[in-house]
Amino acid sequence: MAAAGANISKPGSGIYAGSGVALMLPSWLIIGLFLLIPVLLMLVYSFLTKEFRGGVIWEFSLDAYDQFFFYRGLFGDEPPVLEWTYIGIFWRSIWQAGAATIFCLIIGFPTAWFIATRSGANKSVWLFLITIPYWVNLLIRTISMKFLIRDTGPLNEWLMWIGVISEPIHMINTNFAVQLGLFYSYLPFMVLPIYASVERYNFALSEAAADLYASRWETLRLIILPAVKPGVIAGCILVFVPSLGAFLAPDLLGGAKTFMIGSLIEEQFKGNAGNWPFGAAASMILLSMVLVALGYYARQQNREA
Amino acid sequence: MVSDQHVNDVAIDIRSVSKLFGDFVALDNVSVGILDNEFFTLLGPSGCGKTTLLRTIAGFEDVSSGEIVLYGENIAGLPPNQRPVNTVFQQYALFPHMNVTQNVKFGLLRQGVDEATATRRVNEVLDLVQLTPFATRLPSQMSGGQQQRVALARALAPNPKVLLLDEPLSALDLKLRQAVRLELQQLQSDTGITFVFVTHDQEEALTMSDRIAVINNGQLQQVGSAEEIYEAPKNKFVANFIGETNLIDVNVTSVSDGKASCSLPGGMAFSCSAADGAITGDGHLSIRPERVTLVSPAKGILRGTVTRQIYLGTDMHVDVQLEDKGLVKVRVQNSSSMRIPPVGDEVGLNLEADAARLLVD
Ligand SMILES: Nc1ncnc2c1ncn2[C@@H]1O[C@H](COP(=O)(O)OP(=O)(O)OP(=O)(O)O)[C@@H](O)[C@H]1O
Ligand SMILES: [Mg+2]
Repeated sequence: MAAAGANISKPGSGIYAGSGVALMLPSWLIIGLFLLIPVLLMLVYSFLTKEFRGGVIWEFSLDAYDQFFFYRGLFGDEPPVLEWTYIGIFWRSIWQAGAATIFCLIIGFPTAWFIATRSGANKSVWLFLITIPYWVNLLIRTISMKFLIRDTGPLNEWLMWIGVISEPIHMINTNFAVQLGLFYSYLPFMVLPIYASVERYNFALSEAAADLYASRWETLRLIILPAVKPGVIAGCILVFVPSLGAFLAPDLLGGAKTFMIGSLIEEQFKGNAGNWPFGAAASMILLSMVLVALGYYARQQNREA
Repeated sequence: MVSDQHVNDVAIDIRSVSKLFGDFVALDNVSVGILDNEFFTLLGPSGCGKTTLLRTIAGFEDVSSGEIVLYGENIAGLPPNQRPVNTVFQQYALFPHMNVTQNVKFGLLRQGVDEATATRRVNEVLDLVQLTPFATRLPSQMSGGQQQRVALARALAPNPKVLLLDEPLSALDLKLRQAVRLELQQLQSDTGITFVFVTHDQEEALTMSDRIAVINNGQLQQVGSAEEIYEAPKNKFVANFIGETNLIDVNVTSVSDGKASCSLPGGMAFSCSAADGAITGDGHLSIRPERVTLVSPAKGILRGTVTRQIYLGTDMHVDVQLEDKGLVKVRVQNSSSMRIPPVGDEVGLNLEADAARLLVD
């Protein structure tokens, strides 16, 4: 608790300074092996020439990036014009991922709040219930979702049975289906970090706010949200980033109209038809977008601290 | 300062308030009137219901039954943000992401005070608690004592009619606590705000309060000034809880007009004051150790043997084992003229009649 206020120093200073290097070695090793090297490989591949049956020819080329941004006619001999296809796919992906994040936040925040304010044992039960579906593989869950919402699926049949609708609602291959898939895939990533920060929240602060004439809404906006903001932001990042690159939900639940970056990249590497350098280039563009967004967020945080 | 006619108005009238948590009774039919411009203290052991009573006044806790009337208005149903009372929380509950000024300004802005007036008031209050140089610090960058003063400033800023303080000094070390006690008392008489102060520290209660309510097990035991509570405790609990006392088993032969006649262990007759509600039969006499005098065995109304001596600097503490039964603690001042009988000596004891009091069990 901050009340004592005595401990102002930050970790990493004082007696712990210096002993870091050796202790950090394992983490650096893992980050290097499983994160940096694969990303570097992708970076290199994105600047190579494509082999027609998949794979690459080790020859420097900017073709992949050129193909992403410019259109040079069917035979590549016309003057370049801006290519909107892929930028459009990116834009739609960002839009889809953003919407999924907002839905997860709207449902996830009250859920996390509810769980965090239960008493001891009940908390664990609720947390367990939230995670149960995730014992099942994402692919299977997404296929089940498809089965549930198809025209002759249980959802439509039930709605017709209770008489809300007379004809099945067409849900498969719509934005709605993709949203539902993304929402269902990533909801716990929103709930868990928010839960953790609500759990740490000192409820006496809400009482203090009410004591000082704040309405419930003012208490939420001025006291609770700033306190749980780290959890909310972590949750949003954890939902937004994988939603942006998701391909299972868009592939299985959406159609050509809801094509997203994840599917675009996946197609480049799957089978013989693909274009590895182009897939790598699209990945790098996606990655740099995410990094710019995270970097911007980190700078904001530093400025506030 | 508040005019005299005002002084006796009741600020908070707590009428038959009970509070149950499940079937646990945290407050049991508590009735007490807290006066305007009064430094009123709730005193009692841990878990007796002090915080619960304070929280029902603030509105954080509903009452199970009873009324809380604030200056003539029953507020028992109002939410906390509609009650003109402010609280200084035990752990301060300062808003961690706001600096001192923002913390103190919070209540003013929520009341709809305009920015300029609020700023002026904040400066005024920060000046009052001597925190002006810290105006832009975050709570985490301040010491416990400074945080405590921020909490005080924040609660004072909206100029509440009543200030509730829940053990605000318990997180401070002894030296600071003593200094802040005086400051708080000064602040109360300067502002004329009614203070309801919770503590389990009897010394704190005795030195600061106009009146004290002693609570035990959710029940009000006694309400009165420090002197009344110390000199004329009503029952065994109050006598024991406030200061040190001797409880002597007696047989009460008559009680009338606040006086009682009884027979002491050993058979001597004795008359003393009696608490309201004391009855005849077996009873307990309370007398403070400093009101017992050591005399020669022949002259005492009680007789016993010295079993222990404890040197306390200015005083000497002597335990005397009575011949019949029971132990009497005696406190005598250390002075060269007085010879204190050593351990093993036979002594007589005299009780100051006006200081001995027959209790309600
Ligand atoms: N929300 C609650 N649910 C159940 N029991 C409670 C609750 N709040 C308080 N109690 C019980 O009510 C009793 C009085 O609690 P309270 O906090 O008023 O004590 P207190 O006099 O302030 O003690 P302390 O000096 O330790 O702060 C305690 O026995 C406590 O366990
Ligand atoms: Mg308490």
